[in-house]
Amino acid sequence: MKKTFAMVLAVVMVIGMLAGCGSSTQTAAPAQAATTQTAPAAEAAPAAENAEAAPAAEANMTFKLGSSGPLTGPAAIYGISVMNGIQIAVDEINAMGGLQFEFQSQDDEADSGDKAINAYNTLLDWGMQVMAGTVTSGSGITVAAQAYQDRVFMLTPSGSSVDLIADKDNAFQVCFTDPNQGIASADYISQNFAGAKVAVIYRNDDAYSQGIRDTFVTEAKEKSVEVVYEGTFTEATQTDFSVQLTAAQAAGADLLFLPIYYTPASVILNQANQMGYAPVVFGVDGMDGILTLENFDTSLAEGVMLLTPFAADADDEKTQAFVAEYQKRFGETPNQFAADGYDAAYILKAALEAAGCTGDMSAEEICEAVIAVMPTISVDGITGLSMTWGANGEVSKAPKAVIIQNGVYVSP
Amino acid sequence: MEFLAYLVSGISLGSVYAIIALGYTMVYGIAKMLNFAHGDVIMIGGYISYIAAVNLGLPTLVAVVCAMAVCTVLGVVIEGLAYRPLRSAPSLAVLITAIGVSYFLQNSALLIWGANPKSYTPVVEGTLKLFGGQLSISNVSILTVAACIVIMIGLTLFTSKTKMGKAMRACSEDKGAAQLMGINVNRTISLTFAIGSALAAIAGALLCSFSPALMPTTGSMPGIKAFTAAVFGGIGSIPGAFLGGILLGIIESLARGYISTQLSNSIVFAVLIIILLVRPAGLLGKYVPEKV
Repeated sequence: MKKTFAMVLAVVMVIGMLAGCGSSTQTAAPAQAATTQTAPAAEAAPAAENAEAAPAAEANMTFKLGSSGPLTGPAAIYGISVMNGIQIAVDEINAMGGLQFEFQSQDDEADSGDKAINAYNTLLDWGMQVMAGTVTSGSGITVAAQAYQDRVFMLTPSGSSVDLIADKDNAFQVCFTDPNQGIASADYISQNFAGAKVAVIYRNDDAYSQGIRDTFVTEAKEKSVEVVYEGTFTEATQTDFSVQLTAAQAAGADLLFLPIYYTPASVILNQANQMGYAPVVFGVDGMDGILTLENFDTSLAEGVMLLTPFAADADDEKTQAFVAEYQKRFGETPNQFAADGYDAAYILKAALEAAGCTGDMSAEEICEAVIAVMPTISVDGITGLSMTWGANGEVSKAPKAVIIQNGVYVSP
Repeated sequence: MEFLAYLVSGISLGSVYAIIALGYTMVYGIAKMLNFAHGDVIMIGGYISYIAAVNLGLPTLVAVVCAMAVCTVLGVVIEGLAYRPLRSAPSLAVLITAIGVSYFLQNSALLIWGANPKSYTPVVEGTLKLFGGQLSISNVSILTVAACIVIMIGLTLFTSKTKMGKAMRACSEDKGAAQLMGINVNRTISLTFAIGSALAAIAGALLCSFSPALMPTTGSMPGIKAFTAAVFGGIGSIPGAFLGGILLGIIESLARGYISTQLSNSIVFAVLIIILLVRPAGLLGKYVPEKV
């Protein structure tokens, strides 16, 4: 009984592999041309050979996909969400047959030093061929520099800093860059809150927060959005915002722009409430997660707006299926980070197929092949339709605003 | 009006520092050691009152009393296990032990409660509006200031009027002589830790009401600020800790409001350096010349 089952399974797997190889050879031709143009011939050659030899030799189409992110620590919600999203996508992809992923995640505690490198090295030791990481910008900048030297392809689901992809041909993003978030927020405010007086509170020892604030303020000036107050805080002073809030209130601000993570944002909402100050609060993707903060009074977040490429209440089939699956598995509504992770796995699948990669290629070979095809592919995901990439690694897609009502995100 | 608002937030922030500083100064005054784990006992106090109030659904006051009980026991245990065996060791060894205990508590909290922040429900809700709503003072601030004053007066009376308090002062002046006079030095020091840790639990509940994101690192920064406040006011002096805390809070708040949110910490510490240059023992500290 067991033997027959094993035989059937083996046959199914072989068919699955052949099917996968078939599709990869179809797309391999343009990719091959692109590879030879940009990458040195020596590196492109094995990729092409492997792709062509694939159907005959029953090429291995299983790739080791690694990701690192904060699975513990104050930013854990992002890491856990991304990993859950990737896991769902990987299971779906593996069930389809063809290209298969083996997935492993490592905890980097959102650290930008040795913890990030340790997580990355652990993944390399395991045999990682492509990376769907990191989750946060700080660790991403560190890891990307190392991955650039090691020639490992990395697609960060949610690391939004420009520095992460700057001058590194191997690093690509699924999410918007910080400048884009700042610009998009300023544009949205100028269109929807004409005449608003804006106060900005940002964390000036954090590249993410500072980056968004810089472009926001520049764009706000151009769109003649009035910024009446700017307050800063640092990691050491993120417990008391009463002074910044008093100053913002005194300056007459009726809209509070918070390009920060949700933990300090929750303190700001609490303290503003205690002061009886109720401006419109506008956040960016770091605000995502505030609703799942343990024991947080969600009524405080009522009316908080944020720009996100993903809304769980969107009515397209893909989003609905993802949300249903996520709720079934993890018992909560997925946030934008989970969606970024989910898309990252599909983007990597598309890129690996387009580049005609096989599972026995080394991380270096895959890296060169995938870099060449990234600017040529277009992927329909749940965080954006027809996402495309520039050679610099930046994604192009449209953001949308959501508002928190009765403890859930809805489209305004 | 802004000035008043900044002043109010400075005083309430300062009161939190002051309550923590009272714990530091008590222990320093009597045991002549810097208990760097004090900030982490505060964090434990915060977690215990959070669990009692949110997970067990106890009333706020009962939750704070629970936290005080647990912290008192914790303080006495820490003193007995980590500090008492080192009573005659060089003070540097005790200092390093205290830092070790601090990390031990932080990482234990990380293991037990995880690193995800928890949103603390303030012990009191609501806001007091003055001048037709132009100035608003949260009830948490009022409670913090009131608690701070009550504790300060209570401790001053305790150390000056009661027998145990007098024993504490005797130990503080000369442990050997106090022992010869029939004072149980070990018990007195344990009592000091018990009181200091109970205060830490109150400080934890108030700190988390003020800034409701509870994490294993919640106590570290306020702990350092409060230690600064204790030195500022004159370490070992109870009214000094109170004064130092309040002043530190006000300076920090005004610096943030009028000069720069980025420079506020630098300004606070610059003021500290100047004060210590002028008065090496702190504002109310006693300068005791070394007897040769």
